[in-house]
Amino acid sequence: MNIVQTQAAILIIMVPLMSSYAIPVIGWRWKGSAYFIALMAIGASLVCALILLSMVLTQGTIHYHLGGWFPPWGIEYVIDPLNGFMGVVVCLISFLVTISSKKSVEKELPEKKVRFYTIYLLLFTGLMGIVVTGDVFNLYVFLEIAALTAYTLIAIGKGEAPLASFKYIIMGTIGACFYLLGVGYLYIVTGSLNIADLAQLLPPLYNSKVVLTAMAFFVIGLSIKIGLFPLHIWLPDAYTYAPSPVSSFMAPLMTKVGCYVLIRIMFTVFKPYFSIELIPMTTILSWVAAAAMIVGSIFAIVQSDLKRMLAYSIVAQIGYIVLGIGLANRTGLTGSLLHILNETFTKGCLFSVAGAITYKLGTSDIYQFSNLFKRMPLTMAAFLMGAFSMVGVPPTCGFFSKLFLILGSIEARQWVFVAVILASTLLNVIYFFRVIEIAYFKPRQLATEKEKEILKVVYANGGSYEKIVNKADSQGMNEAPLSMVIPILVMAAGILIAGIFSFDIIARVIQFAIPSGI
Amino acid sequence: MLDYLVSKYNYWIYIFLMMLGFYAMMGKRNLMKKLIGMSIFQTAIFLFFISIGVKKGGTLPIMMEGAARAADYVNPLPHVLMLTAIVVMVSTTGVALAVLLLIYRRYKTLEENEILRSTR
Repeated sequence: MNIVQTQAAILIIMVPLMSSYAIPVIGWRWKGSAYFIALMAIGASLVCALILLSMVLTQGTIHYHLGGWFPPWGIEYVIDPLNGFMGVVVCLISFLVTISSKKSVEKELPEKKVRFYTIYLLLFTGLMGIVVTGDVFNLYVFLEIAALTAYTLIAIGKGEAPLASFKYIIMGTIGACFYLLGVGYLYIVTGSLNIADLAQLLPPLYNSKVVLTAMAFFVIGLSIKIGLFPLHIWLPDAYTYAPSPVSSFMAPLMTKVGCYVLIRIMFTVFKPYFSIELIPMTTILSWVAAAAMIVGSIFAIVQSDLKRMLAYSIVAQIGYIVLGIGLANRTGLTGSLLHILNETFTKGCLFSVAGAITYKLGTSDIYQFSNLFKRMPLTMAAFLMGAFSMVGVPPTCGFFSKLFLILGSIEARQWVFVAVILASTLLNVIYFFRVIEIAYFKPRQLATEKEKEILKVVYANGGSYEKIVNKADSQGMNEAPLSMVIPILVMAAGILIAGIFSFDIIARVIQFAIPSGI
Repeated sequence: MLDYLVSKYNYWIYIFLMMLGFYAMMGKRNLMKKLIGMSIFQTAIFLFFISIGVKKGGTLPIMMEGAARAADYVNPLPHVLMLTAIVVMVSTTGVALAVLLLIYRRYKTLEENEILRSTR
């Protein structure tokens, strides 16, 4: 084993962390370097994540002891198939989104480029830290690093962004503090903070009220962090008013990493039979998730802003993921993990599309999208792919994840959830096809004075309104810059590839990632 | 009953402070008061952690004459954890204050009602 292989578990954190300190130093002199340093650091993490995943799948779980201190005294980083899988997904999407962020950062935040990428990399570090750590308190610290940087990045947006950020600070802090209290309660009864150690020490204590309280604090705290339905109020504002490079980075990743923590706490720290049989936690979660799927979709329908619509769509999709967790059988959890993969790709793609449209049109108001298919054909093709995956059209990944969730519901004999998934799918169709209808069929209103001038001339010569608009649009195909379009298309292709090879992905990775005992 | 309350007084204080902060965060309409509530909320959790490390008759966690067993020392680990958590809390407060500055510059007020009225 070479040095990269043995140290990959720590390099995955250290490279972006140290690079984020290097950016202000180097960027002070060379402003353009910030983007490249960030991209290279995330690329290095991606390489480490791939190495780790392949090592985990061939050699089994990897343990890395920080500073040579053995657990349970020292902090331990543990990579098993579940977080190996999460690590690759997070790194891959971050990498693609970072590529596409260059132009929109230059346009939306020209003076803050260096500071932006410093915080951006710290956020990435926080997310990766959450994924690789095997220590519940270390996880809290990374959770707060990710949250603090997220508050900052949202606050630099325009309009109501600072207000949205403050709302998020209040809610996020409550969530993190509840998580910390959960850690404290577990520490009182076990005296340990290591996840593997806790999993061994806890079973004899399952009837203790302290352990029950800890579980309640964990679940409520994390539900705030992932934006589960009644606790989602911070989410739509935050993702709408954030600058578009920020929302396309955070929206696919933050909530999904939170879902990973929820799976980790419910099924690894606590044994599955505690969460399933001793207390009705999974039953409660699945009903809440069902409500989230319906309510999130209904809210998405009435929005007129694309980013806001997608943000409510996240609330609904989190419902799908949590439903899979709540079903607590192998099929449901497979669907859940596949849906995490699908969600990160799809939301990464859709929010980047929203970013590209904002870059070109200067707005993300859906009613300004008319004739967009002619103006930005590649971007809208990717949007179509994302919409198909959200709706669940085969062979996109969304179809297979929903299929597994439905099969899981049938296995659990919960017919209501089958109906809810189908109903929510229909609502998805409504809100995505509304956008597609406007962008494809609705003729564009002429907005600029110049265009009206041209129109007068054309009318005088006997031309028609629609002809001139269509002609102007097809000639002036106004695609976003390549550095935005290519990552968007790669993500769109990723949705399709993940769908076509979904059974391979399940057979090679996801089936090992499901916690034992389910 | 009174014994029950008194013997666990540290937990009662922590719950009272936490609920006080929680109420301020949810109920107050002034953003600065919400932030103060957040600080109280977090401090309550620190108190909880610090109190669980303490033992009756325990001494400083430094090797000393006449105190050979682990039971003679207070548990230093929750206290160390809280050092980290205090750092986190200070940074959260810092970020929140910076965000409040942004809000104040944009709306010239920190009253939630007035801000909402001006955005509608």
